[in-house]
Amino acid sequence: MPPAYRERQELMDAERLSRTLARMAHEILERHPDVRGTVLVGVRTRGVPLARRLAARLREATGVEPPVGALDITLYRDDLTTVGPQPVLKGTDIPTSIDGRTVVLVDDVLFTGRTVRAALDELIDFGRPARIELAVLVDRGHRELPIHADYAGRTLTTTREEVVQVLLEEDDGQDRVVLLERTAGTAPRTRTPSRARGGGAPAKRRRRR
Amino acid sequence: MTPPSYPHRHLLGIEPLEPAHIQAVLDTADALREVLDRPIKKVPALRGKTVVNLFYEPSTRTRASFEVAEKVLSADSLSISTATSSVQKGETLLDTAKNLEAMNPDMIVIRHSASGAPHFLARHCRSAIVNAGDGAHEHPTQALLDALTLRQKKGRLEGLRVAIVGDLMHSRVARSNVWLLTRMGARVVLCAPPTLMPPGIETLAPVTFDIDEAVEGADAIMMLRLQQERMTGGYFPTVREYHKHFGLTEQRVKRARRDVLILHPGPMNRGVEIASEVADGPYSVILDQVTNGVAVRMAVLYLLLGGTEAA
Repeated sequence: MPPAYRERQELMDAERLSRTLARMAHEILERHPDVRGTVLVGVRTRGVPLARRLAARLREATGVEPPVGALDITLYRDDLTTVGPQPVLKGTDIPTSIDGRTVVLVDDVLFTGRTVRAALDELIDFGRPARIELAVLVDRGHRELPIHADYAGRTLTTTREEVVQVLLEEDDGQDRVVLLERTAGTAPRTRTPSRARGGGAPAKRRRRR
Repeated sequence: MTPPSYPHRHLLGIEPLEPAHIQAVLDTADALREVLDRPIKKVPALRGKTVVNLFYEPSTRTRASFEVAEKVLSADSLSISTATSSVQKGETLLDTAKNLEAMNPDMIVIRHSASGAPHFLARHCRSAIVNAGDGAHEHPTQALLDALTLRQKKGRLEGLRVAIVGDLMHSRVARSNVWLLTRMGARVVLCAPPTLMPPGIETLAPVTFDIDEAVEGADAIMMLRLQQERMTGGYFPTVREYHKHFGLTEQRVKRARRDVLILHPGPMNRGVEIASEVADGPYSVILDQVTNGVAVRMAVLYLLLGGTEAA
């Protein structure tokens, strides 16, 4: 947890996160019974393990696992020259053609929508999907662009100054979703971070969602 | 906030870089390489940035490579080769740079016959400066792409035995590679005829005048071109004599490890420093070097121009 924040509420524990993902996987299946025509693309970083987990659940339900890709949107950000020194690149890997297929973009938190905008621009450079849908674990409101989630694990009302933090076993050693608030007496920044990276990892730059 | 992985404003040479900075360039190049395989080879990262390629010496690879890298990142690219510029009318380097700078480029990539020319520009210009080869001093992006190629094929740089053979006297590629490879923990051996061995270079790496000794057990052999255009004295009797004693033949390659890599920065003098069969043979990674060159230059552009303006 970053120093200026404290935990206000636990939104999901490990069990609830697991049930939420199961429900989301079934919603995707309900809309797209033919799993073969879908591709799950996770937005780095935490969208990728979530996409993998959804793919695994789809395989459990149907016997067919959709391909999973990873999208690094750093090169498409609209704030690249203002966030600070060069953001670290992790690379994009789309292992299959997306032409004519249903792409489900997967991310952990939907906030302003700017990350999804960058992801859409990057995805379109890879081909022409039949449709692109968005699956997020948490939709926390405060959209700055006309973007919506087709599948949302949980929808919340938050204030701009709060932070929704998603911790995953793969990256953080545990499965939890928490709501953080600023500790009293600390001055708010002019740019609100959309979420903090916690779990003992060094503080990275904030990403607008 | 994490400190930048590459904290310098310019890329003037390998000598001032720490291993972590070199690592940052190589890792970034790895991440950027896949963009070259996409159906649409363009990302908007450096949209609206302008880069001037100012080449005072001829170049095929380096200049084309920088241009491709600039365009793939959506930067605006402008190349000036001085043969057709006002340099022919006697305009100085400083005047040329200052005039260009008045048009607000974000970066100047410079190749020049005088060692230190990029450092001179860095002192007098606001733009970020990248050294594309200065005299016999350094050619940092070449050493970076060589290292990327070695790391790609061998999985590491540390502990690799690398022989650098050829016209060391006039080679900026050799100097940059010696700095980079030794800094990253590789073991370098230098080989040249005595007339082409610069005095004092033995302080940077072990030297030998015997190519058979140099390539024995090598993980990689880097061949350098005879730079005849820079030779003003009698360095060796004939080109054929040079090939006989210092050329990389198929026979000599057999002395190296069975999984040896053959590198050459290009352009090659086939049949002089390297036999055609070796250049085109199964151990050669010469064309991989060229592809990696674009990725490395994309990484340098991204690290210098992406992100906030450095202080």
